Formats: sequence, C-alpha cells, structure tokens
Amino acid sequence: METGFDFTVIWTNLTYFFIGRFPHGPLGGIALTLYLAFLACVFSFVGGLVLGLMNLSHQRIVKYISLALVNVIRGMPLLMVIFWMYFLLPALLGRTVNESWTVIMALTLFTSAYMSQIVKAGVESIPRGQTEAAISTGLRPWQAMIYIVLPQGLRNMIPSFVNQFVSLIKDTSLAFIVGVSELTHVATQINNRTIIFPTEIFFFIAVIYFIICYAFTSLSRWLERRLAWKR
Amino acid sequence: MLKYQFDWSVVTSGKYFDWLVSGLTVTIQLALVSIALAFFLGLLIAVMRMSQVRPIRWFAHGYLEFFRNTPLLVQIFFWYFGSYKILPTSINNWMNSLNFEFAAAVIALTIYTSAFIAEDIRSGIRSIPKEQMEAAQSSGFSFLRSMQYIILPQAIRLTIPPLINQFLNLTKNSSLAMTIGVMELTYQARQVESYTFRGFEAFTAATLVYVVISLIITGLVTLYSQKVLTPMKGR
Repeated sequence: METGFDFTVIWTNLTYFFIGRFPHGPLGGIALTLYLAFLACVFSFVGGLVLGLMNLSHQRIVKYISLALVNVIRGMPLLMVIFWMYFLLPALLGRTVNESWTVIMALTLFTSAYMSQIVKAGVESIPRGQTEAAISTGLRPWQAMIYIVLPQGLRNMIPSFVNQFVSLIKDTSLAFIVGVSELTHVATQINNRTIIFPTEIFFFIAVIYFIICYAFTSLSRWLERRLAWKR
Repeated sequence: MLKYQFDWSVVTSGKYFDWLVSGLTVTIQLALVSIALAFFLGLLIAVMRMSQVRPIRWFAHGYLEFFRNTPLLVQIFFWYFGSYKILPTSINNWMNSLNFEFAAAVIALTIYTSAFIAEDIRSGIRSIPKEQMEAAQSSGFSFLRSMQYIILPQAIRLTIPPLINQFLNLTKNSSLAMTIGVMELTYQARQVESYTFRGFEAFTAATLVYVVISLIITGLVTLYSQKVLTPMKGR
C-alpha cells in the first residue's frame, strides 16, 4: 500500500468535472451525465408506456411481438444494446449519428423495456371492475384506459419511475465506451493525463454519483410513503 | 445497408467461433466466482443490517446505500486503477500473480451485487414475523444462532427468486469487465467485429447467448415460484 492521498487533482480540474470544456467547447462532465439521463428518461417513459400497453393488448400479434421484444432486451446487457445502436443506427439511417444520440437511443430502448413492466404492473393494480364500469357507462375501451385506468395506475408507479431514473443516471456511465465525454469519461481522461491519482479521481466521481443518485432514491422513498398515505 | 451479405459461417466455426466460446467461458467463470462471493458477502451485510448493535447496523446501512447508488463501471475503474493505494501490497501482488483484470472485476462485481443481494435477503428476513426471533432468543438462542437456525432457513426460501434475478443481473453486468480488458463474451464479440467487419453476425451470436441464458434462468425462477412458493403460501 502506498499511503498518502492528494486531492488537489480534483480541485484543479473541478470545472472540467462539472461542465467539461463547456463555454469554449461541447458540454461534458456531470452536466452531460444529467442531460443524457434526463432525455433518455423522458423518451423511455413514452416508450415504456407504449410497450406496456402493447403487452396488455388483446390483439395476440401485438401482444406477443411486444413481449418478445421486451424479453430480448431485458436479457441483454446494456453494453450490447449500446454496441448494437452504435453500428445499426448509421446503417439504418444511412448517415453518421452523433455519439450522444447513439447512447440516448440505446438507453431509451433498454429502459423502455424495464419501464413497460412498471406500466404493466401499474395498470394491473387497478381493479378490473373500473374498466368494466367505464365501458358500461359508454366509454370505449381505449377511453377507459386513458381517462380512468392510466391516471390512477401511473400515480402508483411514480416511485418506481424515479428508481428507473436513478438506474439511468448510473447507466449513463457506459456512454464512456463510445467516447461521450460524460462524468466517467472525463474522469478517465484526467486519470490518463495525471496518471498517479486514480484512487482520488474515481473515489471523487463515485461520491458525486452517490450524492445525485441518493437524492433521487430518497425522493422515491418519500413519494412512496406520501402516496401510500393519501390512498 | 440492404445489400449486406450475411456470412454466418464466420461465427459458427473456425477461429472466431473459438474466440466467442473462450469469451463465454470467461463470462461464466467471472459470473460464478462473483456470484458465490457476492452471496456470502450479501448475507453477512443483511445480518449486520439487522444487528442489535447500532454501529454495526449503521456501517451496513452506509455500505448498502453507497454501493447501490454508484455506477458499477466507476467501481470497476476504482478497483482496477486505484486499488494499489487502498489494498495492502501483498494482496495487490497476489492479484497480479493471478490475473489482475479478472481479480479487479471480481472485486467490483462482488461488492456491487452484494449490496443488492443484502437488500433482497433483508426483505426476506423482514417477512418472517419478528415474534419468531423473540421466541428463539427467549428460548436461549443468541442473535446469530436464531438467525442461523430459525430465521434464515425460512427467509432464504422466499428470497430465492429475487436472488436468482440478481445473479442474472451480475452475469449481464460482467460484460462491463471488457472495459478493463477481461476477455469475456462482449469483448470477444467486439474483437471478432474489428477483425472481420462482421459486426452484425458477431453481435447476434453474443446477444443470443445472453438472451438464452437469461430466458432459461427466468423460466426456472417462474417454475420455482409456481411449484414451491405458491403452495407454501396456501398453507
């Protein structure tokens, strides 16, 4: 063991950790991490909703195709999904795709599969009687879903959505692999440049991730208690 | 893109097939070693989390929250690049003599997954009525012995499905070990891609392996829940 830690490397690179080369170059660091997680979260909420409802569909074909898709994605490591996107997207679109968008798309696809299971559980938690009552008062099945079942089901699922956001923040670290300069990538760059402070650098970014994720985990717990209380 | 000619022979035989198989072997070794270690560490942390001694409880709580809320990739880098300042020189030398990348990946995967496993075991423990602990202790068992003979045997049975799920997550997460140069399945798939430009075939092969592993295990868990747990609840 070589004793002695020197955290000055953190202090001298602090703005780089937070925003990358931002005013003079592209956004990076923690700001980019949060940006990626936020966009992927919004998109995968929509994706999860669509996939979840398709999973619940009465149309056999829709149901089985979407179930197969969800199970295949859930069986893959995220890293594989990122590699798939990295070389499929340009092939499908016929032009190069910027790395940030590759990662956002991969995270969206991956997280949608998990979100769809949350949506499914949320919808199934609402008693069937409500759908039947809605339909017998003259609503169409899709109206019953959108106006009666989803608003209640989604409310129950808010804590799980926040937990997925925490997973997304952690998962953005994989953007490092395709060279997106988010927090983990910035840390490896600084580590390559300074060489002798890896312990300090990776401990520091672990703490940063911890602070952000713990805040949202606590929010999710608080929401869970609060939403349960009012019911 | 539509003019792409598929050539599956690249990944079904010959040198590149051997690469993928050796990658799968490493993935399985990495997963099995880490699963065994993570299970025991997780069990230890779960019991510490329920301890009647406050500092032990706090330590376990801090451990859980810290490692669950930090990305695995960062933990892998931390152990790979930074362990020489944290671990004693003798342990580092020992890791070097084995296979440093592999050892660092095992440490990171074990610690990361043990935090999730501990939470699952804890909720299993909490589903056992606390009167059982009180009854065990009042009939003369110590805290640890009550855990060992009364609480854990029941709790573990309930915890098996989420535990297996964590093992599966660990197996998928082991793909991150490629970032520090462990030659596991994802690493080899990428190798094949860069040597042959047959990315589609190489990634399909690796994806299939992962999906088949996880479908089999998920199926077994569902079967276990239906055949073993549901009858238990009925009683």
